[in-house]
Amino acid sequence: MTRVLRRRETSIALALVILVVVATTANDAFLLSSDGFRDLLLAPSLLVLLAVGQAAVIITRNVDLSVSSTLGLVAFATGSMFVSSPGLSVPVVMLLGILLGAALGAVNGGLVTSARVPSLVITLGTLYAYRGITVIWAGTDRISAGDMPRSFLAIGTERVLGIPVVALVALVVVVGAGVYLGYARTGREFYAIGSEPVAARLCGLPVGRRVFFAFVLSGTLAGLAGVLFAARYATVASNAGTGLELQAVAAAVIGGVAIFGGSGTVAGAALGAVLLATIDRALPILGIPDFWQQAVVGVLIIGAIVLDRVLAVRTARRLRSTGVAEAVRPLPAARVTGGVP
Amino acid sequence: MVVNRFTILKGEAMAESDDEPGPTSSHPGASADAAPATPAAPLGPAAPLGPAAPLGPSTRTPAPTLVVRGLVKHFGPVVALARAELEVRPGEIHALVGENGAGKSTLVKLLAGVYQPTAGQMLLDGAPLEPRTPADARDAGVAVIYQEPTLFPDLSVAENVFMGRLLTGRGGLVSRKAMRERTRELLATLGVEIDPDRPALGLSIADQQLVEIVKAVSLDAKLLVMDEPTAALSGVEVDRLFAVARQLRDRGAAVVFISHRFDEIFALSDRITVMRDGEHVSTQDTAATDTATIVRQMVGRAVDTMFPRTERTPGAVVLEVQGLTRAGTFEGVDLHVRAGEILGIAGLVGSGRSEVVRAVFGIDRYDSGTVRVDGRVLAQDGPEQAMRHGLALVPEDRRRQGLHTDLSVARNVALTLRRRLSRGGILTSGAEYRVAHEWAATLQVKARDLDAVAGTLSGGNQQKVVLAKWLSTTPRVLLIDEPTRGIDVGTKAEVHRLLDRLAGDGVAVVMISSELPEVLGMSDRVLVMHEGRVTAVLDRADADPETVMSAATGTVRSAVA
Repeated sequence: MTRVLRRRETSIALALVILVVVATTANDAFLLSSDGFRDLLLAPSLLVLLAVGQAAVIITRNVDLSVSSTLGLVAFATGSMFVSSPGLSVPVVMLLGILLGAALGAVNGGLVTSARVPSLVITLGTLYAYRGITVIWAGTDRISAGDMPRSFLAIGTERVLGIPVVALVALVVVVGAGVYLGYARTGREFYAIGSEPVAARLCGLPVGRRVFFAFVLSGTLAGLAGVLFAARYATVASNAGTGLELQAVAAAVIGGVAIFGGSGTVAGAALGAVLLATIDRALPILGIPDFWQQAVVGVLIIGAIVLDRVLAVRTARRLRSTGVAEAVRPLPAARVTGGVP
Repeated sequence: MVVNRFTILKGEAMAESDDEPGPTSSHPGASADAAPATPAAPLGPAAPLGPAAPLGPSTRTPAPTLVVRGLVKHFGPVVALARAELEVRPGEIHALVGENGAGKSTLVKLLAGVYQPTAGQMLLDGAPLEPRTPADARDAGVAVIYQEPTLFPDLSVAENVFMGRLLTGRGGLVSRKAMRERTRELLATLGVEIDPDRPALGLSIADQQLVEIVKAVSLDAKLLVMDEPTAALSGVEVDRLFAVARQLRDRGAAVVFISHRFDEIFALSDRITVMRDGEHVSTQDTAATDTATIVRQMVGRAVDTMFPRTERTPGAVVLEVQGLTRAGTFEGVDLHVRAGEILGIAGLVGSGRSEVVRAVFGIDRYDSGTVRVDGRVLAQDGPEQAMRHGLALVPEDRRRQGLHTDLSVARNVALTLRRRLSRGGILTSGAEYRVAHEWAATLQVKARDLDAVAGTLSGGNQQKVVLAKWLSTTPRVLLIDEPTRGIDVGTKAEVHRLLDRLAGDGVAVVMISSELPEVLGMSDRVLVMHEGRVTAVLDRADADPETVMSAATGTVRSAVA
């Protein structure tokens, strides 16, 4: 299984390289110009953050649709804090923004674990509710560059050794979350919970607490993405980030995170996010009209899932033949063929 | 020592009451606080435990590891456990027996911290055992092997063994290496070869059970509870499991062993506790009792005249299956059944019985082989095709496969007839009611009315609804999987009479059952499966328990009995 997963990450990385090479052949500037290189790393960074959080949640057999609204609310709150309390230092404001994201994630997690309502429904609700709060608060106002301190905005543009700071932050998050989910005791339990929730309870895992934490993690990363959104785009309106929630789910699925939990990696989800963002940028360069972009993404998602299914069937068959008798649990079809639940 | 029966915890509504919906599930007037009305059991109030005062300072017997006193568990109005008593000494293998629905599994889940008791007391090494979660129970020293393996298909075998207490190495990170090595050692002590790194997905049910055992052994628990661990194992594997159980016993662990196989119980256990209808019936030394006594205590009534059987002459072959194969699941299955005949299919859980009938009915695909109805090949084209040819399947999992538990009785019954009942694509509830009414009356479904939600009925009545749903299609071949699982004795007899009558009317019946007496009592012929193959086809006269069991386990069982 690990080998299959590793293959998935390799194949995405490979697709990414091919895409970049083809796009660069069509237009040198895609990679070789200073801006091109920057954008290659910068464009996917925020989506990577969301995809990492999404992967953690999906691995527990849940989903967090509210991330885009969390991002929007935090981005607007961050800008507003600079406007209303100029005394606050930049790091304090950023921290408050991230904490707000964590709190919004905690609301999701609390509702999901206490109300025992599917997370799809809960986070669909908070997707609208959080956006609604932003709209009420912001009205038609927007935060613009002049409202925010220069040192804050610099975070969105600064580079270290040619690499954008925002991309570095995303990289640190991917590595951190990857190590946590892959090697921390509590992180591995996420997989167990998603793989078989009933068994997880029976072997004494604190299922509620872990799922709650997965949502807090997702909210925190969405909060971080919101803060960075404000810094990078320097302008925040009430619609900031709209639509990113499905992109985050798509990135995770393309990256090999099983939509019904239990398998996949953070690194895969992050690569999926990079691939999605890069496709967005590459298609115009390749002369493919804008309106094809969404269709290409759709084909990619379906392709990834079909690939999953084919591999899973093959793996199941192979594993079955190594067992003594029979496959006791034939792979539930929904595990891989289902769309977003 | 006086033991007061006190309330430990109000059982919080763990609403998943699909657990053991047996005869105990409908004590009429036992509200949560009233003392449970003792059913008029012929044996009177439960006999006292053991020969000596169990808790007194005794020089002869060691202090018990586990004491269970007056344990009660209600699920809402349903009494799953009326008054359980159990005492297990260190270095003892204690068999717990009882019919389905006697409350054994509920007791196990109370010990395991899955449920909390409504009243009563559990003591482990003299200290109150009040686990609120499975983790509490585990930390207190209770290891449980459940009836159904509870593995994580996506995780490696090693991770499955250690989940909940993963081994960590440097920097608090999980050490896959340490777990792999430890798992390999444990597997080696059991003489099992399973790659610790492979995912649990695709392990055979026997191997899954072995992983569960490794998991339990790795805990080094004071009390090991095994809930029907052998149900799916073959002879060699059972012997291996027994060796492990004895090894643990000799190390001083207390072992509770639940099984329906008397040869195993008598081969392995030191004492036997019998339960019936959620109550303690007796505890006795294994050496001082015999199967007949135990069975009488389990059933609480005479065991004969249970199976109705009218004389009938089978007609022409209706269903014929040849060389049916689904890779890794079943292989080369041949079977046929005549009109007016009951073909019983026996075999252990996981032997491929259910899978074969599912494939015949068109739910799962098969790779090769043919299914013929009336001599004509039935194409692989899904259940609807099978239904058009007069097949019906009553599946084994009533709540998930047989019923739409959220829908009304009428809807459920009429579901198979949507097409026939609708006029111009419109299905009126009047038409549904007419059909449902007729069948509910025929089968004597006890429900408030036809609008009652099917999920709220008792197990027996749910089964009747499923039967009504399929019989209303007037099938010529009835495939029925576990016709009486988890339903009370009275309804059970009704179902048996019904099957007998259907056969009498010329229906070809294929009946899968895990209950040997049912298979032997009902069938005209018995087909036995083991690991996906047919290992025996026996005429009624030749089908005795020993022959069927040895065919079902694939080997002549050694060492046991």
